[in-house]
Amino acid sequence: MDEKIIIENVCQEKGVKILDNISAKVYDGEIFSIFGPSGSGKTTLLRLINRLDEKTSGHIYLDGVDIDEMDVITLRRRVGMVFQLPALLPGKVYQNILFGPGLFDRSKRDDTALALRYLKLVGLDEELLDRDGETLSVGQQQRVSIARALANEPGVILMDEPTSALDLTATLKIEELIKRLNRELKVTIVIVTHNIEQAVRVSDRSMLIVRGRKIEEGKTKDMLKNPKEELTEEFISGHLEEVR
Amino acid sequence: MELMEYQGLVLAYFLILTAIFVSMHQKAGLEKQLFYGSIRAFVQLMVMGYLLLFIFNLKEFHYLILTLLIMAVVSGQMSAKRGEGVPDAFRIATGGIIIGSSVSLGILVAFGIIETEPRFIIPLGGMIVGNSMYASSLSLNRISSELKARRMEIEVALSLGATSRQAADRSLRETVKSAMIPSIDSMRTVGLIHLPGMMSGLLLAGASPIEAVKFQLIVVYMLTSAVSITCMCVSLFAYRKFFTKNHQLVFISSPDLSNRKGRMSKSQK
Repeated sequence: MDEKIIIENVCQEKGVKILDNISAKVYDGEIFSIFGPSGSGKTTLLRLINRLDEKTSGHIYLDGVDIDEMDVITLRRRVGMVFQLPALLPGKVYQNILFGPGLFDRSKRDDTALALRYLKLVGLDEELLDRDGETLSVGQQQRVSIARALANEPGVILMDEPTSALDLTATLKIEELIKRLNRELKVTIVIVTHNIEQAVRVSDRSMLIVRGRKIEEGKTKDMLKNPKEELTEEFISGHLEEVR
Repeated sequence: MELMEYQGLVLAYFLILTAIFVSMHQKAGLEKQLFYGSIRAFVQLMVMGYLLLFIFNLKEFHYLILTLLIMAVVSGQMSAKRGEGVPDAFRIATGGIIIGSSVSLGILVAFGIIETEPRFIIPLGGMIVGNSMYASSLSLNRISSELKARRMEIEVALSLGATSRQAADRSLRETVKSAMIPSIDSMRTVGLIHLPGMMSGLLLAGASPIEAVKFQLIVVYMLTSAVSITCMCVSLFAYRKFFTKNHQLVFISSPDLSNRKGRMSKSQK
């Protein structure tokens, strides 16, 4: 398998150290989860990959090219992002989906056929296309935001705790969707979660970050069964207890 | 033309005495304030009068420009106070006010609508600069709250490949709208709800009502133009301060904004 993203000795500091010398590899076509307690720097790391934030040092490569050498707009079109909250833009559902494509090709701003394709891809009904984003349920909104990210045809999608605003049923459905999109579109997905069970359910491989430092990286199931590090074990057992 | 003798002015002061009488009679306790207020108004306006007399006597054009520039810088400073949290607010406000004022005043002069005489340029310039200052304050205040409130929306747009300008589009639009509404409203109600002071002044000075109206209209159009240009410039200059060249939104609370750092360490001392 080819490496899609290489994270190399990445540090970030804003007064305090947020990320400390993180290195990891994400392979093409996999679902990779970054998990850890809240405040550990997971979201920051994700935001460094599409350069919504700037790292202090280190390198990140996308398809072998240093992202600092790339045009940032091009980078962001190739690396989509789904946020914790759906954050639909004011307007109709189709306008949300077509926002990305419409930035570069004005004719696509009203290309409802295109919007419909992505709406169906995320399992939503055609009749939602013309609805105001605000009238949708949070689960539906999050699906629209996934469709919106997909409409740029990115090779990678970053997801920042995409189910944290959802109840369990909606969460499981979104997880199914994530797996299906990964399978059908061969899109690489990096998902941030504080929920280790979610990491197990959706991801092939994972990385645990605690207080800005990488503790362990590997196959998610192996990490859960045979944690190599004491902290991993602690986090897993602590978290599982917390859930029970 | 001598409109009024000082004698008349002294007699007019009886009007203040009536107000003081009302205050005493009603036990409003405002006598002191009325007295000091009236003296203050006298001093301020007399100083202003002699200052204008001095400036009107400077026939040279560059002194006029200098006077206008000083007005713009002072109002830029005032306006910047409204823009706390916007880095470089003083420069942004002053720049916007200068551009907005000089374009609209420039058009009036270039088309020969008004002459480049101090008695036209100074009062009109003062009105323009004052209104531009107001527009600049509104814009500065609004742009930072718009960007803060729309932070999620902006980051979503950026993540989809929008430039800073595209991502800030809605915030800019709302800012310009809100800063222009007061002057549109006053344009709509002029003559209905209030007779503008300048027009009243012209009537008092003996101009025909139509002349006064014509002049007032020029002023209204001129102010609208100055206000719109100022708020456009100020919001376009200001929004950039919230983005890096790599189209990243930086927050005012973020410690890596060098400006903020300087100000914080100063206040800590």
